[in-house]
Amino acid sequence: MNREQTSRLLQQHGAVMVLGLLVIVGSLAFDSFATPANAASVVVSSSFLAIIAIGMTFVIISGGIDLSVGSLFVLGGVLAAYGSRHGLLAALLLPLAVCGIVGLLQGLVIARTGMAPFIVTLAGLLGVRGLMLAISDEGATTYLVEDRTFAALGQNELLGLSYPVYVTIALALAAMVLLQRTGFGQNVYAIGGNEQAAALMGVPVARTKVYVYVMSGLLAGLAGALNAARLSSGVTILGIGLELDAIAAVVIGGTLLTGGAGGISGSVAGVLLLGVIQSIINQVGSLTSAFQQVVSGAFLALVVVAQRLLSKAQRLT
Amino acid sequence: MAELTSRQGGRVAVRKPQVYAWVQDYGVYAAVLALLLFNVLFTPHFLDASNFRTQLVQVTPIVIVSLGMALVIGTQGIDLSVGSVMALAAALTVLYLGYGWLPALIVAVIGGAVVGAAGGALVAYVGVQPIVATLALLVGVRGLANVLVPQLVEFRNPGLIALGSSSVAGIPVIVLIAAALTVIVLFVVRRTTFGRQVVAIGGNRSASELSGLPVKRVLLTVYVISGLLAALAGVLATARLQASDPTSLGLFIELSAITAVVVGGTPLTGGRIRVLSTVMGALLMQLLAATLIKHNLPQSWTQMVQAVIILAAVYATRKRGTR
Amino acid sequence: MRRTELEAVLEAKGISKRFPGVLALDDVSLALRPGEVHALVGENGAGKSTLIKVFTGVYRPDGGELRYQGGPAAFATPMEAQRAGIQTIYQEVNLVPMMSVARNLLLGREPRGRFGVIDAAAMYGEAERVLAGYGVDTDVRRPLRTLGVGAQQMVALARAVSVDARVVIMDEPTSSLEPREVETLFGVIRKLRERGIAVMYVSHRLDELYQVCDRVTVLRDGRLAHTGPLAELERLKLISLMLGRDLNEVRSDGLTSFSRDHAGEPHRNGQAPVVEARGLTRRHVLDGVDVSVRPGEVVGLGGLLGAGRTETAKAIVGALPLDGGQVLVAGAPLRAGSTAAAIRAGVSLLPEDRKAEGIIPTLSVRENIALAALPALGRAGVVSEAKIDRVVEIFMRRLRIKAASPHQLVSELSGGNQQKVLLARWLAVRPKVLLLDEPTRGIDVGAKAEVQALIDELAEEGLGVLLISSDLEELVEGADRILVLREGAVVGELSGDEVTEERIMATIAEQADG
Repeated sequence: MNREQTSRLLQQHGAVMVLGLLVIVGSLAFDSFATPANAASVVVSSSFLAIIAIGMTFVIISGGIDLSVGSLFVLGGVLAAYGSRHGLLAALLLPLAVCGIVGLLQGLVIARTGMAPFIVTLAGLLGVRGLMLAISDEGATTYLVEDRTFAALGQNELLGLSYPVYVTIALALAAMVLLQRTGFGQNVYAIGGNEQAAALMGVPVARTKVYVYVMSGLLAGLAGALNAARLSSGVTILGIGLELDAIAAVVIGGTLLTGGAGGISGSVAGVLLLGVIQSIINQVGSLTSAFQQVVSGAFLALVVVAQRLLSKAQRLT
Repeated sequence: MAELTSRQGGRVAVRKPQVYAWVQDYGVYAAVLALLLFNVLFTPHFLDASNFRTQLVQVTPIVIVSLGMALVIGTQGIDLSVGSVMALAAALTVLYLGYGWLPALIVAVIGGAVVGAAGGALVAYVGVQPIVATLALLVGVRGLANVLVPQLVEFRNPGLIALGSSSVAGIPVIVLIAAALTVIVLFVVRRTTFGRQVVAIGGNRSASELSGLPVKRVLLTVYVISGLLAALAGVLATARLQASDPTSLGLFIELSAITAVVVGGTPLTGGRIRVLSTVMGALLMQLLAATLIKHNLPQSWTQMVQAVIILAAVYATRKRGTR
Repeated sequence: MRRTELEAVLEAKGISKRFPGVLALDDVSLALRPGEVHALVGENGAGKSTLIKVFTGVYRPDGGELRYQGGPAAFATPMEAQRAGIQTIYQEVNLVPMMSVARNLLLGREPRGRFGVIDAAAMYGEAERVLAGYGVDTDVRRPLRTLGVGAQQMVALARAVSVDARVVIMDEPTSSLEPREVETLFGVIRKLRERGIAVMYVSHRLDELYQVCDRVTVLRDGRLAHTGPLAELERLKLISLMLGRDLNEVRSDGLTSFSRDHAGEPHRNGQAPVVEARGLTRRHVLDGVDVSVRPGEVVGLGGLLGAGRTETAKAIVGALPLDGGQVLVAGAPLRAGSTAAAIRAGVSLLPEDRKAEGIIPTLSVRENIALAALPALGRAGVVSEAKIDRVVEIFMRRLRIKAASPHQLVSELSGGNQQKVLLARWLAVRPKVLLLDEPTRGIDVGAKAEVQALIDELAEEGLGVLLISSDLEELVEGADRILVLREGAVVGELSGDEVTEERIMATIAEQADG
C-alpha cells in the first residue's frame, strides 16, 4: 500500500480507528467503562446527535452547512409534545412537516439566490428559535407528551437499548446506501466537489441542494421528536449549540468542510467519539463536565490538523 | 459556478445597479435612521437620556467583538471563538483580581490574544478552515473557562466596578472605550499598511502572496486582534455585571457579531471591510430588539425579525460579492 | 466526398449577442455539418467563447436564429443543449476532482443493480473498458485529482463522447496535453468524424488545425471574418484574417512589436548577472535548472507546457518550495521560500494566471498598483495617500492604463488593462529583474503590442527580464538569449543568430528523441 492510499484510508476511517482505540483504553483504565450499562448509556445518548449528524453530513458533503438544526431539534420536540395530544400520528407528522418545510425554505433560498448557506441557516437558527418561543409562550410552557404509544417510541427498550438507537442505525444504513449507491448521492458529492462541473455534467444542482436541506431539516425534527418522546415533554431549553456539536462530529468523522468528500460511517463514529470522551471523563470522578469540552475542543483541533497533513500527503504523490 | 452566477448577477445588476449599490453602501444607516424616527414618533420616553444610555451600554460588547469579527471576515475568515474568549476573560479577570483590576485586565486580554493566536496559527500556518479552527476553540475555551471558574463569582473590586458603571460627561466609560476602539480600528483599516494588506489577502490570497505580502503573519495578527477585542469585551461585560459568569457570558455573541458585520454590508467572501457600517449593524439589531420590547412584542418576534433582516441585508449585498 | 452538400446539423444564422457596453457577436453565421471537423479561430475577444456559449445554451442570443437538426432551437440551459446531443469539452477540466475516475465518467449513467441501486462492480468494469479506448490505463477507483491533467482531459472527452452526441465542441482541448496525448486525441477526433459527428475545434495552435480540421471559421471583433475549407487557406493568410492586418504588413513587420536590435547586445555579456539561479531542484518538477539574467538582458524560457518554465520563475521568487538549489541576487544568496525577500532584493514575478494570482478583484486600480510597494509608500506602517497618488498617476500615464478613474474596481477593466495594472504594481517597487510569465496571453492585440514595446523599453533602461511565452514568435523577437527547458531541465541555450523558432523547436525535438 502506498502513501497516498494510506493517507486516504486514514482520512476516511481514522475516526473509527481512534474510536476503537479509545474504547480499548477506556476499558483497560476503568472497570465500569466496558459494562453493558455504560455502553448502552453512551449509545442511547449519542443517538439523537447521530440522527442530526447524518443530515449534516449530506449538507456538508454538498458544500454547505446547516446552522439551523439545533433550533429545529428543539422545535421538533415542542411540536411533537404538542401534537401528541392528538395521537401518535400527529406527534410524528407535525414536527416532520414543519421542520421539513423550514428545510425546504432554506434550501430554496440557498439554491435560488446563491446566498451563503452559513448566513441563510444562521437566519434559520434565529427564526426557528423565535418560532419555537412563539408557540411555547416565550418558552414558559412545556408541553407534556400525552400519547402513550409515542412515549413508548422514545422509552421502550429492545435488548437493553431504547428504540431511538435502532431508528438511528436504520437511518444510518439507509443514508449510506443513499449516499454511495444512488444517483442522488452521486449528485451530492459532485456538487460539493465542483459545482460548476456538476452543473455541466447534468446534475440538477438546485434540486439536489433543496433535497439536502429538506433532509437535514426532517432529521433534526425527527431527532427532536424522539427526544421529546424519551423525556415525555417538549423541553424548550435543550438543543442550544447542538448544530456545532453536529458539525464537530461530522468533521471529526473525516468529512471535509469544503465539501465533496466524506461519509456517514465517519460521522456516526465522530458522534460516538464525542460520547466516549464524555463517558471517560465521567469515569474520572474528579473531573467536571467542563473538562469534556476542553478535551473535545482539543480533539477537534487535532483532527483538523491531522486532516490537513493527510490531504497534503495525498497531493504530493 | 462563478461564470453562471455572475451571469445571473449581471442580468439583475443591469436592471438596478444603482439601487443595489446604494442599499449596500447606505442601507444600514437608512434603516437605523428610520427606526430612530419611528421610535421618536411612537415610543414614549424614547428620547430619555437614561434609555439611550441603557441601549448603548447593552450593545457595547457586541460592537467591540464585531470590530474584530469584521477584520477576520475581511480576510475571508470567521471567528466563532469570540464568545468563549469573553468567558475566558471573565474567568481570568476574577482569578487575578487579587492583584488589582488593571493587572487582571491585562492578564485577561493576554489570554484572549493567546486564544486568537492559537486560532490564527491553525488558520495561517496549518491551513485549517477558519470555521473549524475557531469551532474547536469555541468548544475548548468555553470548557477551559468553566474549569477555571465553575460557577458565578461576584466581586467587590471598586476599580473594576467603576470601570463598568461610571460615566464621563454623562456617557458611560465602556461606551467611550467602544467608541475609541472603533476609531482605532477604522484608522487601522483605512490608513495603515496592515489594513490594506488585510483586505488584499481577503480579496485574493495567492496574489497577495506573490506580491510579497506577509500573508501568514497578517492572518495570525487578525485573529490575535479579534481575540484581544473579545477579551476586552469580556472584561467590560464582567465589570458591568459586577460578577464573573463564564458559563453564560458571551454565549452566541459570535452570531450577533457576524450578524452585525453582515448587516453592515461587509461580504462574507472577504476583500472588503466596513467598520462604521458594522457598528451601525450592531446598533440596528439592538435598536430593533428594544423597539419590539417597548411595543410589547415578545422575544420570539425579535428573533424572527432579526432573521428576516439578516436575509434581506445579505440578499441586497450579494450582488457585489459574486463579482 | 459530398460532405459539403450535407445539411448542417447545427447552424447559427445572423446571431447577435450584446453585453453591457459591448456587442460581443454581431450578425455571425456558422454552419456545422455532420462528419466535419470545423475550426473556430480568432484572437481573444473575437467572440469565440460567446459563440460557443450560445451554441451550448449558456447564453441566449439577442438576435438571429439558432438551428439544430433542421429545426429552430433555443436551449435555455447547458443541460438542454447536452440532452439534445451537443457536448462540450472545456479548456479547464470540468469534472469533480475528489470523486473517483469511474464515478466521474459515469455520473448520471451509473449501471444499476437490484432495487435500482448502483452496481459498483459493473461501474468499475465499464469505466475500465471505456477508458482503455482512450489510452487511459489507471485504477478507476482513484480520485480523479490524482491523475495527470492529460488523463483527466481524456476522461472528460470519453464522458462527453460516450453519450449520444451529434455535435462535440472542443475549447482548446490540447492546451494541457503532452504530444503523445495530442496524438490520441486526434485519433479520437478522426473516429468521431467517421461516425458522422460534427466536431467544432477551437485552438490557437495552427499546426493542429491544419492536421485535423476540414473547414475553418474566423471571427474578429465579434464579426465573421471568413469561413471556408482550411486546406486552401494559406497559413499567413489565416493569421492576417485573425489579426485583421494586411497580409503584406504581416510579412514585413512580423507579428510582434519588439523593435530592439538584439544583435547589438554582446557587450552585455561582460556584465555580472543581476540574478543567478543555481541548480533549482524539486522532485518531479525541476531538475537542476541554472538561469542567469544580466542587467538590460531579456532571457527567454522556451519549452512545451509542463517543461518547468512557470515553476522555474516561481522558484526564483521563492513561491515554489525547493528540494535544492540557490538563488543569488547581485551575488548575495536569497532567503529560500520567501517571496517578500525576493521582492525586497529586486526580483518580481508577473504570474501567468492574472485572475487567480494577479489582481485583487475587490480593490480599485489604485490599491492594486500600490499593493506591493505599500511598505515604501508610508511611514511606520501608516500609508501616505499623497505618495500613493503620485506613484499611481505616474504609472497609469506611462502604461496608458484605461480606467474611468484610479478608484474604479480593477475587476471592471479589460484583460489588457488588468495586465498593465499588474506591470505597474511591479514597476512601482523598482525591481532589478522582472520575471514575466506569459505577459501577453489573453489580452487584445493593441495591449499586446504595448506590453511588448514596454518590455523593450525596460530592458533598454537596464532592467533584467526573464520572459516566458508559449508564443514562439514573441519569444524569438523579444529575447536576447533563450534557454530551452524540457522535463524540468535546461536542454539548450540559444543566443545571437541561433535565436529562431526553428532552432527552439529543433532543440526541443532533439532531446525528445534522445
